[in-house]
Amino acid sequence: MYRYDEFDHAFVNSRVAQFRDQVGRRLAGDLTEDQFKPLRLQNGLYLQLHAYMLRIAVPYGVLSARQMRKLAFIARKWDRGFGHFTTRQNLQLNWSKLEDAPDMLAALAEVEMHCIQTSGNCIRNTTADPYAGVAPDEIEDPRVWAEVIRQWSSIHPEFLFLPRKFKVAITGAAEDRAAIAFHDIGLRMVKGRGENAGKIGFGVYVGGGQGRTPYVALPLNDFLPREHLLSFLEATMRVYNLHGRRDNIYKARIKILVNALGVDEFRRQVMAEWSKIEKPSIDLPASEYQRIAKYFAPLALAPKPNEDNVIAARRASDAGFARWLRNNVMAHKIAGHRIVNISLKEPGKVPGDATSEQMEAVAALAEQFGHDEIRVTYQQNLVLPTVALSDVGKVYDALLSSGLATGNTELITDIIACPGLDYCSLANARAIPVAQEIAKRFADPAKADDIGPLRLNISGCINACGHHHAGNIGILGVDKKGTEHYQITLGGSPKDDADIGSILGPSFPAEEVPDAIETIIGVYTSGRISKAESFLQTYRRLGAKPFKEALYGPSKSSTQRIVEEV
Amino acid sequence: MSKLWKNSRFVNDTFVVVDDAAPLPQATPVIVSLKRWRESRGELLALKAPIGVAVDATAEFDVATDDLGKLALIAIPFAKFTDGRGYSLARRLRDTLTFEGEVRATGEVLIDQIPLMLRCGFDSFVVSHAPTLRTLEAGHLSVVREVYQTAVYGRARTTPSFGRVPVLEAAE
Ligand code: SF4
Repeated sequence: MYRYDEFDHAFVNSRVAQFRDQVGRRLAGDLTEDQFKPLRLQNGLYLQLHAYMLRIAVPYGVLSARQMRKLAFIARKWDRGFGHFTTRQNLQLNWSKLEDAPDMLAALAEVEMHCIQTSGNCIRNTTADPYAGVAPDEIEDPRVWAEVIRQWSSIHPEFLFLPRKFKVAITGAAEDRAAIAFHDIGLRMVKGRGENAGKIGFGVYVGGGQGRTPYVALPLNDFLPREHLLSFLEATMRVYNLHGRRDNIYKARIKILVNALGVDEFRRQVMAEWSKIEKPSIDLPASEYQRIAKYFAPLALAPKPNEDNVIAARRASDAGFARWLRNNVMAHKIAGHRIVNISLKEPGKVPGDATSEQMEAVAALAEQFGHDEIRVTYQQNLVLPTVALSDVGKVYDALLSSGLATGNTELITDIIACPGLDYCSLANARAIPVAQEIAKRFADPAKADDIGPLRLNISGCINACGHHHAGNIGILGVDKKGTEHYQITLGGSPKDDADIGSILGPSFPAEEVPDAIETIIGVYTSGRISKAESFLQTYRRLGAKPFKEALYGPSKSSTQRIVEEV
Repeated sequence: MSKLWKNSRFVNDTFVVVDDAAPLPQATPVIVSLKRWRESRGELLALKAPIGVAVDATAEFDVATDDLGKLALIAIPFAKFTDGRGYSLARRLRDTLTFEGEVRATGEVLIDQIPLMLRCGFDSFVVSHAPTLRTLEAGHLSVVREVYQTAVYGRARTTPSFGRVPVLEAAE
């Protein structure tokens, strides 16, 4: 992974000193809260319902064991001994104090971490394929470019006061595991064709996003030679910064600009800007690319046999292990090695939460069996990207004793949920308890296995931090005459077949949501052609009608009920 | 009361802002609107004094006809300090239009944004916020000196007190 050199260390330390000074001036009254707010947001400090939340950047979701231990330490010393991994692959501490923040940032700086631009109307932490560098279907390791973007966007003087926040996701693999279609800019590494044959570049997508106006990103550039990434991003950002709406925060994201202009006109403006930019002064010099790329050189691992007798025997005798192996352990690009997903979704627990002890347990596993690497996924889980097949059983045993061995990756209980009304001042409704109740309903692993791959996502309000639009089943907290209600959408997908879910009908009170989900699942399991047909495939084949009828009954049309609801 | 800060110190402002309807003073540096510059360029050039133009944040310059090379100053407003359009306008002026005159920030100019403005190509600042005035007078700017971008004029004009050779640039 990337390691800071002297310059990077100096940069982060200067930033901590600057923020300490700003906090001091705020406390002394030289800065009003309005003036201070963007500064603290750009340093990751966000005011929630009960306290400040510190959002720590985990650049493109990559952590070392040492960094994970430091996160555990910080959570224990200055917070309540746990943290919340987010859909931005970051870590949130929900009970921070303003006056502790500079010390927390200084502690992070010791392990080459920071909170820079994890909040605010600026370029946020870039997210990436959590299997980057180890996935068998990879064209090129996207972490190199994610790190380049991290550096380029850090305190970029032109882009700290954008109309609204700006999120970039990147993947280098054939399968999109980074939900690039739902980002302001999505980057996909592609092999050039025709005149670009033999070259690697980026497919650039723009204007994806969720929130109250969800859009799937549109193609902006089919093939951007990779060496021009930064100048092209700079041109795109400049067009957005100058022309994005600033009069209404709900219309300020780039997706609104792109859709108002039309993607062709937006592209024309970007190309016009890009043609005028002096590219060599902005694009990454080849030598700097090579310097960064060296940190991401593939592990020098000898291939090993892809079968292991001990593992095979245990799989036959230990159903829990077999399930975990099947659901959480993925193929690695080097034979005899595996990608191990660590679920933070034990049914009944808060999705994405980990205690300091659990973080330390994962750090120890990374050190002992995982080449010192950990990843955070946007589905709010962790990954040990490289474990020898022969060590997989030992890893499982250790996870089991830390309450981390739930074998439910990408199943119905692997729920994405935002913090919701338990923490967030923007929320309409709680998200966490609903996630817990649904997960408990499907806690029987055999049941979850039978249902198969299913993405269930919950957001506490239309801001959609819980990605409900992209869930095969999405649940959105709404406020209905002062009570917490939940609207259900079906058919969303965050993957290559990206789509936005459609609202099924009127909302439900919290206590009815698990039943409603169970009804929906019942329609799926009785309607699927075979077990090989996933929930999403069945939904797309059957349409919403049978699901609506099962939920709302055929007698009363759902439009009727929506009218009543309004 | 506002003061003009330039080259790390306060200086007298020699320019006079002239409304569109007001007559032009003789032999005095003036700042007029972009509209007036476009409409009365001959008259303005005949004044034989430095001419500045105040634009708004939505300004689009026309390289072919705006004759920016004849301007001594372009003033860009920050209606609110959170309105970041001025940064991009300044970069366009410096980077793609190679404007070499003074680029002046007006409006809500606050201490924590001045370093960013400098890096985007601004070189003078009309400041009225009291704590900002105080801090500038004390010569204290809290700045992250290490920068990852080639800001405008990164090589030629990085203000020594605010820039360090960027790591990306150093590798060139
Ligand atoms: S979706 Fe709404 S409730 Fe949930 S974290 Fe985002 S803003 Fe808060």
